[in-house]
Amino acid sequence: MFSFFLRKFATIIPTFIGITIVAFSLIRLIPGDPIEVMVGERKLDPVMHAAALHRLGLDQPLYVQYFTYLNNLAHGDLGISLVTREPVMKEFLQLFPATVELSLFALLFAVVIGLPAGMISGLRRGSIFDHGVMGIALTGYSMPIFWWGLVLIMFFSVNLGWTPVSGRIDIEFDIARKSGLLLIDSLLSDEEGAFKSALMHLILPAIVLGTIPLAVIARMTRSSMLEVLKEDYIRTARAKGLMPLRVVVVHALRNALIPVITVIGLQVGTLLAGAVLTETIFSWPGIGKWLIDSISRRDYPVVQAGILITATIIILVNLIVDLLYGVVNPRVRGEK
Amino acid sequence: MNNSATAIFEPAPQYPTPARDFWRSFSSNKGALLAMIIFAIAIICALLAPWIAPHSPIEQYREHMLQPPVWQSGGDSHFLLGTDETGRDILSRLIHGGRISLMIGFMSVILSLLPGIALGLLAAFYPQNLGIAIMRVMDVMLALPSLLLAICIITILGPGLVNTMIAIAISQLPAYTRLARASAMAEIHKEYVTASRVAGAGVARLMFIVVLPNCMAPLIVNATLGFSSSVLEVAALGFLGLGVQPPTPEWGTMLASARDYIERAPWVVTMPGLTVLTSVMAINLMGDGLRDALDPKLKRAA
Repeated sequence: MFSFFLRKFATIIPTFIGITIVAFSLIRLIPGDPIEVMVGERKLDPVMHAAALHRLGLDQPLYVQYFTYLNNLAHGDLGISLVTREPVMKEFLQLFPATVELSLFALLFAVVIGLPAGMISGLRRGSIFDHGVMGIALTGYSMPIFWWGLVLIMFFSVNLGWTPVSGRIDIEFDIARKSGLLLIDSLLSDEEGAFKSALMHLILPAIVLGTIPLAVIARMTRSSMLEVLKEDYIRTARAKGLMPLRVVVVHALRNALIPVITVIGLQVGTLLAGAVLTETIFSWPGIGKWLIDSISRRDYPVVQAGILITATIIILVNLIVDLLYGVVNPRVRGEK
Repeated sequence: MNNSATAIFEPAPQYPTPARDFWRSFSSNKGALLAMIIFAIAIICALLAPWIAPHSPIEQYREHMLQPPVWQSGGDSHFLLGTDETGRDILSRLIHGGRISLMIGFMSVILSLLPGIALGLLAAFYPQNLGIAIMRVMDVMLALPSLLLAICIITILGPGLVNTMIAIAISQLPAYTRLARASAMAEIHKEYVTASRVAGAGVARLMFIVVLPNCMAPLIVNATLGFSSSVLEVAALGFLGLGVQPPTPEWGTMLASARDYIERAPWVVTMPGLTVLTSVMAINLMGDGLRDALDPKLKRAA
């Protein structure tokens, strides 16, 4: 077991080094030298230009710059935002909980609906329910989610007036920041209606972001269920005269869930990419919107850090899923 | 002579040609067939856009700004799906936009499929050093979701039509490389490959003439499904303002400014989105049908 963990861990090291090289190269690959990129349209006199290059260490050989970059990373230093002059790490830590909250609820929405829907579809293959669920899943899978967000805003916010259009909470609430997750913080605060406001702000973005994972999970659960129901041990269980419900829940579901767990883990990438679009539509102050805003403001240290952080999260989650998979399914552990 | 020959060979069954076999299997899937018809209509509209579209996609009819579609009160049969905030005909923009969106989607699939096949085959034929190096690079690219990778590339290259194409192509490269490598690895030790190696076939011949044709089925299926995600990504980049730049009609770009008209003119929002959704759904359904018809093994799994 321990050697399995070590082996899996070793595989992510080259990938991570690769990601640092990509993030490092990003600023240097943009046409024009970084100082010109940073000052933009304004003209800069050559002396100041050289001084700025020297101050940022950009007059050093590339490999020295790269190792300085790695050294800074190891100390949690992601550079300084060109626009706000704040450390990028600090901004990230402020915005990250918003994305976590949104993604968690999107995933919750996707799992709570997708899993049972896919399961019943698999059990009642060919029924109207099955066709309905698969039709909806196909639609969800093909959905341009930025448009889906606009449609939901149009219907629920503009026409019905049920939910707010953007943001995380109404401005009259001033919630003390404890966990960073507004739902929890607003529950802990004494402010009347703060929790409801936070919840109403969260619903639409979570549905939008959860739509594609929902479709993927429903499809995967269904096909995994169909696969498992064909197994010999299911026939044996039925032949023994077990209750159908017991066969499904105890014998089929447990085994069908193994590939589904992997798929749920893989949705983290979908969620983080979708967060860029969802947060832009709903003005949700998370890292997706931060990344897009920074691109349009040419705030390259932030873009660089955003890419690095996103990739790191995905690499780590994939690693965890791999490890969990090994724990749940011992057959994988021996494989090289 | 002829008669006696048929008499002798009559018991031999008539095998359908592969093409006919494929078509019978594909056309028995009603959804895929319908999807193909919808997709064919979209392609024809895109190809014939200048002749089909009732108006120019960029002409602004200033006296007809934000005109609703024909079935709503205040609609005008001149502008079937209504007009946008500057009085441009939405239907014409959608038809012309199909050219841009579908063309970028198609080109980016080709631009990632061909290098992906080459890299995947190289990785399969030289698994020692080159193969490991190629797959490591692909692992790094896979660590970013394709939309974010595309955004990253656009940041370097700058927005625009050709750059969108390149960015999406690069962002989908790892998928094809991995698939091509995996299918080639499954074929490479089979007897027919050994036989042609012994017969003196060079590496290039082994790669592209001997092994590749037997790896095509999953690649074609993946390319179809990749086409639909390309179309989605083109629209997403356009929506974020990083893709094709206005006034070029493109489905995602059309939605970028639509947000401001949600209350006054919902059709400005609904029409381009519905178009994207319908085309992507059609391509996905068709891809599912292709997969079932080309690869019976996968059919049982799905």
